[in-house]
Amino acid sequence: MRAGRRLAIGVGLGLGLGGCSGSQSALDAHGAQASALRDLMGLFTVVCGTVWLLVLLALAVAVWRRRASGREPAEPGATSERRLGIVVGVAVALTVLTITGLTFASYRTTRGLTGIADEGVTIRLRGYQWWWEATYQDQAPERVFRTANELRIPVGRPVRVELAGVDVIHSFWVPSLAGKQDIIPGRQNEITLKAERPGIYRGQCAEFCGLQHAHMAFLVIAELPENYEAWRSAQLRAAEPPADPEAARGRDVFLAKSCKACHAIRGTPAGGVLGPDLTHVASRETIAAGLLPTTRGSLAAWVADPQTVKPGSKMPLVPLDADELRAVSAYLASLK
Amino acid sequence: MRALAPAVLAALAFAGCQRETRDFRTDPPVLAALDDVAPLPNRIGGAPPDVYVALGQPYQANAYALSEGKRLYDGMNCKGCHADGGGGTGPALLDGWWRYGPDIVSLYVTLRDGRPRGMPSYADKLNSEQLWQVAAYVQTIGSYRAATAATSRNDQMQSRPSENRGPARAPLTEPPSR
Repeated sequence: MRAGRRLAIGVGLGLGLGGCSGSQSALDAHGAQASALRDLMGLFTVVCGTVWLLVLLALAVAVWRRRASGREPAEPGATSERRLGIVVGVAVALTVLTITGLTFASYRTTRGLTGIADEGVTIRLRGYQWWWEATYQDQAPERVFRTANELRIPVGRPVRVELAGVDVIHSFWVPSLAGKQDIIPGRQNEITLKAERPGIYRGQCAEFCGLQHAHMAFLVIAELPENYEAWRSAQLRAAEPPADPEAARGRDVFLAKSCKACHAIRGTPAGGVLGPDLTHVASRETIAAGLLPTTRGSLAAWVADPQTVKPGSKMPLVPLDADELRAVSAYLASLK
Repeated sequence: MRALAPAVLAALAFAGCQRETRDFRTDPPVLAALDDVAPLPNRIGGAPPDVYVALGQPYQANAYALSEGKRLYDGMNCKGCHADGGGGTGPALLDGWWRYGPDIVSLYVTLRDGRPRGMPSYADKLNSEQLWQVAAYVQTIGSYRAATAATSRNDQMQSRPSENRGPARAPLTEPPSR
């Protein structure tokens, strides 16, 4: 019995500590903003923990030194009155000082989160039910492109993310890199990301936004600047014409069916704006906002029956026969 | 008797918990059957498909379907010609005057097949369910009739009366002169 209880406590502690690391944890900071927030969290934990221990200690002492029952209450005298006054006064002053100090620390940290000078990269991020559209901005219009559910950022450079909403309130949260920022329709918010080392960091919508809120994730991939530039110039290119006949047939099906109404593939007549840009869909790690890994099989499953894979998503069921489905999945998987 | 009254009250209160149901997945055979309209020879008016009636005419009285219609109205750039309903290159949708009939079958046929003088066909862009959603939304844009369902208001500044208000008593825009 006792062993079982010990095991349960151990498992519980282990699970709790498991949240301290991994690609989506505010305690596993890999960016300047996230580090500042983690330090603030540590400061609060230490100060509040100390206060809690002191209060418990005072309580224990008071209980230990309790008066025996039935005795007369202590006579109020001038000395004890003064002593009580000093104790209460010191306690109040300490409380005010502590809260003021914590308030100041919190203000300083949150103020430092935005407003990093030298904005290197600007990304306009739009939250939709239930996916993310990222538009990499540039002075030159031909260097602007759209992608979805995956941000790639250069290590060591601040990235300004402009957040705009269209349907309902979402919230942008990459715990390992920065704090949360809400995406509110009709408002412009922004947040700065700066990754200190290369890695894949998971982000998640942090404001309940409907049925598939839990499946509204994205990845932030921090890369060395030269890799980032190579990725960016690859993303700017239009889709390669399909190499094999099956993919070519898939492109024809894509353009004949209603896929083109919502999705864009640069280099083809498909230019829809309602859904994600699919020009380089196979270069992304996941599809359907972090729901499935990008493979030909998962692409086929998604196209075949999106409402079973992700009920409520805005992707409609487009009836395709088996050959068409095979061709379309081959074409999409070839869009590297 | 004394126990019955709270039970009845509780039952009445729980009746308020029933909400509009949303059907996310329409089976492919139903999708195909939903396209089975029988327009009259001049393609104005006609009979809706049997399955549409069997489903209980689900689009006009369902706020989710109307909202989807509104989203598609934006996404398919209906605004490009009809603006926010006030019209431009295309006719206005707010004036209560319907060139090809006000009923939903006519609107469905308009969206699916297009009409002369510029209205394109959306059959290769939207599936039959989406066409019904847009048709239902377009029909309620003007809201000249009381309805139990409506889309939500726009977040942007309104260029016309919103859809979720009482029915209009006077024309929202001037009807075209004939």
